[in-house]
Amino acid sequence: MASTIQRSIVTTESPAVRYLLTGLALLFISVFLVIPLASVFVEAFRQGWRLYLAALVEPDAVQAIKLTLIVAAISLPANLIFGVAAAWAIAKFDFKGKSFLTTLIDLPFSVSPVVAGLIYVLMFGAQGWWGPWLIEHNYTIIFAVPGIVLATIFVTFPFVARELIPLMEAQGSDEEQAAIVLGASSWQMFWRVTLPKIKWALLYGVILANARAMGEFGAVSVVSGHIRGMTNTVPLHVEILYNEYNFVGAFACASILALLALLTLAAKSYVEWRGEQQAAADRRHAVEE
Amino acid sequence: MRFKQPSVLPGFNLSLGYTLFYLSIIVLLPLSALLIKTSALSWEHFWQIISEPRVVASYKLTFGASLLAALINLFTGLLVAWVLVRYQFYGKRFIDAMVDLPFALPTAVAGIALATIYAPNGWIGQYLEPLGIKIAFTPIGIVIALTFVTLPFVVRTVQPVLQDLEHELEEAACSLGAGRWQIFYKVIFPTILPALLTGFALAFARAIGEYGSVIFIAGNMPFVSEITPLMIISKLEQYDYLGATAIAVVMLVVSFALLLLINGLQWWTAKRLGRVK
Repeated sequence: MASTIQRSIVTTESPAVRYLLTGLALLFISVFLVIPLASVFVEAFRQGWRLYLAALVEPDAVQAIKLTLIVAAISLPANLIFGVAAAWAIAKFDFKGKSFLTTLIDLPFSVSPVVAGLIYVLMFGAQGWWGPWLIEHNYTIIFAVPGIVLATIFVTFPFVARELIPLMEAQGSDEEQAAIVLGASSWQMFWRVTLPKIKWALLYGVILANARAMGEFGAVSVVSGHIRGMTNTVPLHVEILYNEYNFVGAFACASILALLALLTLAAKSYVEWRGEQQAAADRRHAVEE
Repeated sequence: MRFKQPSVLPGFNLSLGYTLFYLSIIVLLPLSALLIKTSALSWEHFWQIISEPRVVASYKLTFGASLLAALINLFTGLLVAWVLVRYQFYGKRFIDAMVDLPFALPTAVAGIALATIYAPNGWIGQYLEPLGIKIAFTPIGIVIALTFVTLPFVVRTVQPVLQDLEHELEEAACSLGAGRWQIFYKVIFPTILPALLTGFALAFARAIGEYGSVIFIAGNMPFVSEITPLMIISKLEQYDYLGATAIAVVMLVVSFALLLLINGLQWWTAKRLGRVK
């Protein structure tokens, strides 16, 4: 969040320059951000409420929404547990190879989504490493839900860890060590000392990961097979409808995702604010000690 | 030095063990599948696949458009960060939150929205059409889509640095007789340069891998408006797994190089600002 610094008259630009720069910035943001966002809703309602709602209750759309929710419900907890475990190991202990491990955790961020999908096809696809074995035993991963879940786990992998690691490093281990010395068991220490300190960062990471999980397109596109009603998430469904020139349908589904994006931004702002409040309170406590 | 410094805290083995296990099966093993599959190719065959004219055209387009988008965001990102940190205006909080929209909005939604807006009969496209400017289904459209997607990177890396800038430095420079432009060029700019470069590199890295927001506006014609991720998918659809993996390896190598570069830039930023990591 931006806060303004009080500027003395000598260290700021003349009003004319200020207005010009502000105007340019606002113009840029309007053209590149506000207009596309607005267009999603306008195009969705272009032919009225009835067709909008009809597009959303259509069976394939409902299935897509269900699949998106299921995928998020599986991938988020998995990456949450990983994030906490990785942050604990990296932030609270000193060991060789720690920064290399941190770089490895960031790897999924730098990989293109299409490559992320491709690697799972290479492992589990018909011609992949385990392809023949899977076919023999009648399991399907690629072109089915498990593949979509795996690809989504990959692309949302670092979110929680990246939020927790800097925070836990900055918070230090004093309170945890005090708890251990006072006789707390490991789980007590974790639940009652660590978790309350990191809960806002945790929530922040989950919000970001959720936005990515529900909106992922490239990676899921590669592993899903695009089978309507079965292996389409909402973003893929949007693509199918758009390619069929069903613009109202496409934008109707897109508007749900856009709404989700706005909720994400709002939740993000709120959690950021609470996190800052907590950090300020921690600093006050530290000074008082 | 031993592997791990002694500590009173519990859970090291469990947490590190689980971390490595999960990391391996989700990230390392699948990525190694990519490299192992490609190693089955001879060097000549590999080179032949990744230097096909159509593939090379896609590299030029992908890297060129990404570079352009990152450059645009370099300037506009600095502008937006400057305005957000230093000026007061109505609706500032809203704009500040909106900057993160490309992070929160699914790429497919951005893709269809931009394609519709810049189409010849679209919201913006209809005004540009009579001027002879075509955006949708041309490389320009790709640059616009990539600019949208990478918009937050420079803003968010520069904002904290601008915010923490020491007021006293500027006042000192001013009292020593520097004009506004001199203050910016000699005092402010060197301090924010590492952050600017980091944001630029992040934007570039994200742009080269982008798929969802580009394919709707791109036109996807071979040699003209086909991006590299799309090439990978085309090869997959033709069951040319070797071709797809070869190109993917090229992208992976570039991504990894950029990741190392970005880490280096972030280390430089921390050093420049005097923060200990």
